[in-house]
Amino acid sequence: MKKVYTRPKTMKDVHFHYCPGCGHGIINRLLMEVIDEMGLRDTAICVAPAGCGMLVYNYFDIDTLESAHGRGAAVATGIKRVRPDNLVFSYQGDGDLAAIGTAEGFHAANRGEPITVIFVNNGVYGMTGGQMAPTTLTDQVTTTTPEGRDPIIAGHPVRICEVFSMLDGTTYLERVTVNKPSAVAKAKKAIKKAFQCQLDGKGFSLVEILSPCPTNWKMGPVESCRWIDDVMSKQFPIGVVKDIK
Amino acid sequence: MSGNAALGEAAILSGCMCYFGYPITPQNELTEYMAKRMTELGRVFIQSESEIAAINMVLGASVAGARAMTSSSSPGMSLKQEGISYLAADELPAVVVDMVRGGPGMGNISPAQSDYLQATRGGGHGDYKTIVLAPGSVQELTEVIPLAFDLADQYRNPVVILGDGMLGQMMEPVDFDNIVPPKAYPKDYILTGAKGRPSRMVRSLLFDTKEEEEHNWKLVRKYQRMEQKEVRYETFLIDDAEMVVVAYGIGARIAKGAIKRLRRENMKVGMVRPITAWPFPAAILQELAKTVHEFFVFEMSAGQMIEDVKLALAGKGHIHFYGRPGGVIPTPVELYRIIGRHYYTATRRKQQ
Repeated sequence: MKKVYTRPKTMKDVHFHYCPGCGHGIINRLLMEVIDEMGLRDTAICVAPAGCGMLVYNYFDIDTLESAHGRGAAVATGIKRVRPDNLVFSYQGDGDLAAIGTAEGFHAANRGEPITVIFVNNGVYGMTGGQMAPTTLTDQVTTTTPEGRDPIIAGHPVRICEVFSMLDGTTYLERVTVNKPSAVAKAKKAIKKAFQCQLDGKGFSLVEILSPCPTNWKMGPVESCRWIDDVMSKQFPIGVVKDIK
Repeated sequence: MSGNAALGEAAILSGCMCYFGYPITPQNELTEYMAKRMTELGRVFIQSESEIAAINMVLGASVAGARAMTSSSSPGMSLKQEGISYLAADELPAVVVDMVRGGPGMGNISPAQSDYLQATRGGGHGDYKTIVLAPGSVQELTEVIPLAFDLADQYRNPVVILGDGMLGQMMEPVDFDNIVPPKAYPKDYILTGAKGRPSRMVRSLLFDTKEEEEHNWKLVRKYQRMEQKEVRYETFLIDDAEMVVVAYGIGARIAKGAIKRLRRENMKVGMVRPITAWPFPAAILQELAKTVHEFFVFEMSAGQMIEDVKLALAGKGHIHFYGRPGGVIPTPVELYRIIGRHYYTATRRKQQ
């Protein structure tokens, strides 16, 4: 019998704590698949965030540090400067990178730190119960925008890839999603490319992943995946935003 | 050499491989010195986007196994507290320099001692402590820096250097002969990539309250070992003293000048100068309280260390206080007059 799929070697054999239909599980697996395929377990160092992605160290069998909320890019900078030969990546959510950690992410990008940020954008603060995130869409209902996000009082959804693309230190920025098998395959390719960009010493790379959060979107998993195509990706267009050869 | 430059050179000789800083007066000379020297030596220097970023870069460098330092002054230290709490929780070594200036708020850029409580009580959130070294001269700065790096590595805990604007700015002759190349400390916790070993995680999130409590007690036991072993202080003319001044850092230097004048007039005044503000030298004060009744606390603040003196004396003796907050530096003559008046009144009271 031919084995067509198996758990990545660097993925611990434990159950995820993620809600049904959540994108984090897919993204976690993709990362470890890429690390296996590129042979990076021995050198990879992950910086985990505060938020739903915080517990990645329960799943990743690689060296991992849990950073304070939003400080991932600064901590990763410190690690990478000491260990330039290691693969250093931070795993950050939208609240983490696009709100409380904007300064750290922006300036690591601007310095062209050769690190990779895996930016999981699900448009809400998931772990704290579904509050408005900087990436929450206009009119989207969250626990802190019960009537829908009103740009006049709550601002506009932030496009991190486009903002970072204006910084000379950034090398590779791509937005992907994980809402269907073809998209998952593209997301994996993007992660691989970002890691390779780092290994080649080319500068700052970031992969933004639009990720379903059925629990806080108050939708079913299938409906969530469809919503990414129909609504979310209109604000956050899928594709390569910057790729300097 | 200026205190700030001497501090930088001492850190370099102590094996500091990474320095991260953000401009703030009165410690900019240190950042500028490190920008030049660290780059010459091929070590890591980053001018960060904020004090928060700087302390988190220190955390990253520390977890990667390097000796790392950051420096700031009072308003910037408030921002660093988040990172210091994480360093303490993660049990990571780091050296953090605070060249204290007048506060609260923006305050001013004059030397002050008004961040004593922030430094000695942890400063950030949670039950934790940092060793706090309070040097009183530029030469002593060069002595406490290697000590700070060693204590940080030995206990895997952040160490704070509590200086002030005056110490950083003043020029004094220094020698660095006391600094020996750093010892090797076991680094079985650092993140290097999991080659040939199980993967490691460094974290402070412990959802299980029992686990978090046990982690806290483990930290407490470490702080108790520090309290037993790391108390450092200097005494000055205490053998026959009838009044003992307690002052630290640059405040103690001013007090020393005042005491010399008082001695010339046969007033029996001595001094205990804490070098570790935490752990506080309580035992020597308790010992002195057996024979001395008058204690005089002098601080360039509205009164913060006085809390530790009160705790140490536990109701024994009579505590006098003189404080100048807001970045004011009293002269030795001013302090001589104040202490002299208190000494005279106390002696009269005793005679009646």
